Amino acid sequence: MNFLNGYELLALCRENNMSIADIMLKKEITASGLTEEAIVDKMKVSLEIMQKSVDRGLNEDIKSVSGLIGGDAKRIMDRNATHKSVCGPLMSQAISRSIAVLEVNAAMGKIVAAPTAGSSGIIPGVLITVGEAFNLSDNDLIRAIFTASGVGMIISKNATVAGAEGGCQAETGSAAAMAAAAVVELMGGSPEASLHAAALCIKNILGLVCDPIAGLVESPCNSRNAIGAANALISAEMALAGVKSLIPFDEVVEAMYRVGKSLPLELRETALGGLAATPTGIRLRKEIMGE
Amino acid sequence: MAGVKDYSIFDIIGPNMIGPSSSHTAGACKLGRVAYKLAKGSIKSVVFQLHGSFAKTYRGHGTDKALLGGILGFEADDERIINSFDIAQEQGLKFKFVEVDLGEVHPNTVRIQVIGEAGNLEVLGSSIGGGSIKVTEINGVSLEFTGELPTLIISHNDAPGVIARVSAVLSQRDINIAFMRVYRYNKGKDAYMVIETDNLIPPEIIGHIKEIDNISNAYLVDTI
Repeated sequence: MNFLNGYELLALCRENNMSIADIMLKKEITASGLTEEAIVDKMKVSLEIMQKSVDRGLNEDIKSVSGLIGGDAKRIMDRNATHKSVCGPLMSQAISRSIAVLEVNAAMGKIVAAPTAGSSGIIPGVLITVGEAFNLSDNDLIRAIFTASGVGMIISKNATVAGAEGGCQAETGSAAAMAAAAVVELMGGSPEASLHAAALCIKNILGLVCDPIAGLVESPCNSRNAIGAANALISAEMALAGVKSLIPFDEVVEAMYRVGKSLPLELRETALGGLAATPTGIRLRKEIMGE
Repeated sequence: MAGVKDYSIFDIIGPNMIGPSSSHTAGACKLGRVAYKLAKGSIKSVVFQLHGSFAKTYRGHGTDKALLGGILGFEADDERIINSFDIAQEQGLKFKFVEVDLGEVHPNTVRIQVIGEAGNLEVLGSSIGGGSIKVTEINGVSLEFTGELPTLIISHNDAPGVIARVSAVLSQRDINIAFMRVYRYNKGKDAYMVIETDNLIPPEIIGHIKEIDNISNAYLVDTI
């Protein structure tokens, strides 16, 4: 029960009449020697950390290590509670929760890298929000995380999820693609539709650079986790409606990898280009580093 | 292509960690923890020599707190890491961070110099991404291990049969060797073995291994 790419994963789903989550669980049982129950329990711990990090980010006064970011998640939540949200309550919640986790991460709090620390807000933000809106159980969410991991695994095998290697498109783009595929399966979409959602997601942000101010996982990572969550929801909505990605998922992943490799070093987490190299970005770096 | 490696679900969704960065925080904590495990007993003082990106960004990434947290024995998801400076001070543990140039090494590299009850110890290692680490030197001896599996580090004289006797001790206890490397610095003299196993290694095994002729020391680093 193994696969290298999306094509092989879909073939496995078809041959076994299984969802992506089923395939992932079965593969994990074989590879780890653990029981289904043990694997689900282990992921339950991860889900609990995700939930806690969302709660902390929304309810505590969070300040990042450098002092650059903190409190934005709460701001968005508070406005959603007192005003009619521009994007609608579900989208507003998803983005505030995504930022919440990223803020907790930047404040040296506990998070689940999903797939990385810099993109850790997207999957919890999206899944917890969709779970709440559709009255889903923790078990449903755990299965959705298994689905997400299938997409993350394909990207890790064939490309990269690291900003230093492939830019932000590889990091928050992968997290968003994973979340999108998971939402599609949660809503009863087919494995094919899940991969269309993942493909749409990556295409939407293809080329996004990694240019963190002062080299820290803080800004613009916070709002890029928000756009990642929005991107996941938008892509899932499209795929569930039957919208297909003209370019298949595997080819999109390959394109993303090639684009990432052709990004100059300055735009791959080195803080030498993009927003980090603006006059304000440089001033903030000097203030933080005490230069 | 990243290619060859097969992943677990928990490699993709994970690690569970203290932020903000898997390589600058979680990996740093693990490197500190290797030194903690090797030090065997209480640590009086520690100096961290930070190289490359570690030297440039350690304050903003909390690399300093994570390294010290590791020295205190904390795991990478331990919420006490953020308070590790205060906790070390309460325990009377002295610590210092120095920015250095270690030459042609990985950008996220640290040399950890420990003074402890059991003597001095020096560990050189790098945080190689996603929270994974690679230890490359212990007390000036070049070697390599990741801490992902239980690891035995044995210093011995280069003599026939030493390797066989060590593997016999492990096989008697049904411990399977996953990886094993032997390093020899002088023919017939200084040599080192690094053994990574699939099964947990009970600490009392160290005593049995030390009884073997030609073995001068043995350390156990269970999974980091």
